[in-house]
Amino acid sequence: MINPRAKQITAEVMSNKKVGAYHHMVFAVGEQAAQARPGNFVAIAVGGEGSSMILRRAFAIYRSTERGVGGGLIELVVAPHGQGSRWLTALGAGESVDMVVPLGTAFGIPTEPVRALLVGGGYGSAPLFGLAELLKQRGSRVDMVLGASTAVKIYAPLDGKRSVSTLTLTTDDGSTGIKGQITDVLPALIEENEIEIIYSCGPMGMLAAITKVSEHYQILHQCAVEESMACGIGVCMTCVVPVRGDGGVVKMLRSCIDGPVMDGSQVIWDKRSASDEGKSGQ
Amino acid sequence: MTFSFATNLAGALLPNPVLTASGCAGSGKELVQFFSLRELGAVVTKSIMVKARNGRPTPRMAETPSGMLNSIGLQGPGVDAFLENDIPWLASQGARTIVSIAGESVEDYAILARKMRNLSGVVALEVNISCPNVENRGMVFSCQPDTARAAIEAVRRNIGGELPIIAKLSPDVTDIVAIAKAVSDAGADGVALINTLLGMVIDTNTMHPKLAQKTGGLSGPAIRPVAIRAVYQVHAALPQLPILGMGGITNGRDAFEFILAGASAVSVGTANFGNPSAVIKVKTELEAILIEKGFASLQEAIGFAHRELP
Repeated sequence: MINPRAKQITAEVMSNKKVGAYHHMVFAVGEQAAQARPGNFVAIAVGGEGSSMILRRAFAIYRSTERGVGGGLIELVVAPHGQGSRWLTALGAGESVDMVVPLGTAFGIPTEPVRALLVGGGYGSAPLFGLAELLKQRGSRVDMVLGASTAVKIYAPLDGKRSVSTLTLTTDDGSTGIKGQITDVLPALIEENEIEIIYSCGPMGMLAAITKVSEHYQILHQCAVEESMACGIGVCMTCVVPVRGDGGVVKMLRSCIDGPVMDGSQVIWDKRSASDEGKSGQ
Repeated sequence: MTFSFATNLAGALLPNPVLTASGCAGSGKELVQFFSLRELGAVVTKSIMVKARNGRPTPRMAETPSGMLNSIGLQGPGVDAFLENDIPWLASQGARTIVSIAGESVEDYAILARKMRNLSGVVALEVNISCPNVENRGMVFSCQPDTARAAIEAVRRNIGGELPIIAKLSPDVTDIVAIAKAVSDAGADGVALINTLLGMVIDTNTMHPKLAQKTGGLSGPAIRPVAIRAVYQVHAALPQLPILGMGGITNGRDAFEFILAGASAVSVGTANFGNPSAVIKVKTELEAILIEKGFASLQEAIGFAHRELP
């Protein structure tokens, strides 16, 4: 089912700042800010009226703030790597976008305090800071590891680190933190901090690798998956992820409605094997 | 005098001519978050098949200039689950429903048609014949007059009652009028024009096709002139055959263009992906345009582009 709190609104850009390889953008969304949960995303129309870019762009919510009646804000971290996101990051304060907010599932928060490890790849770190804050408020200990190809692609704002006990960085080129992949540092972090649950967000290959580690240690793994979407509202069926259902039946779940947050152990990461074509061996 | 926005689509009486397009609105469950389904002329459901299908692997989608490619592979729950869950839900919403069916064999179409008898809220059947025929080397039914005819005859023989049959045709043919004539002769009450065009995008970074299944159906404003041409040609050749027009409609002006070409109603598809309230926008704007142009009814405007210039 679509997020029952989702609405289509006009959102004004309040600020737009370049941070490393990304843009930190703040939007006025009124009362919809109070409806957003860590893990939710927004879908924004790009290019203006009559644009040749006909599909919405989806962005994980970095943070939401209720600032009095009508003054709610939503913050996004946008990587200007395509034509649509370049259009968006070129907008200045005072300009507006058509936004559907909030969409998708949220990270599940345990009722009891837990020892959580948050893992983010590239700008996939964006939804983890709000999650860290919420977990900390509920008495949980939060450790975080962020990785990217190079230093400038790690998004780790100073004020985002408040709720985190330890922050570990990895880069492929060694330009900051530990040289290597995120998964190289996970075993030591899990063992040292007696981690009970992993929350992750980033490229699918990284999420698949984290799932292997979480299964080895038999700990829970909630991941926000990334699959290209056309609509974000559950009607186009393009963003599906194969998931093990009841009785071993494979279900193609929409990452925009049944996700983005999914149970890593239920996702079938070798996605081709789950399709009709894969089954018939074509 | 009040303006009449009602239409008669191949025997289905609808309060307005703006519908969703099959495969672009699911069964309407997500869109009710944004508007009431009663506001639409009808909801055209995602094509349903005899059995449940998982569809194709991802990537299933690639955006193109003013369009997109999709290769979903008719993922769906199968007809029995659809009749048990989706049809009663649509009826409970007060929606007028046009069920889209798709088969892999002539027998599939017969089976599906038999299951469509006496369904609450269902006002017509759209027959998606742009599917590969597994009994004929995977040739698409709608690409040849004889196979198109066979599929529609199977539906006609088994539907019983008065439910209108609308055959949805592929534009990937040499002579779409010949196909329209074949399905009309086979008992179709109307035609839906057009389905997607087959296309491909190659990712120049990976240097391989972008879609997992390599090819996909092109939709969106990029195909609108092809659709307008198809509607115009079929209306010119078969003026009595009702047409449900579609292909890249995003606003009232686009819908008006289809009405002028000869469509009795229009379906809004890909635009729903970019704008969840696109159907309502199209409906509101189309009505305003018709009134502004001085038409007393939608009926007066259908096929207007075929009239001699004064």
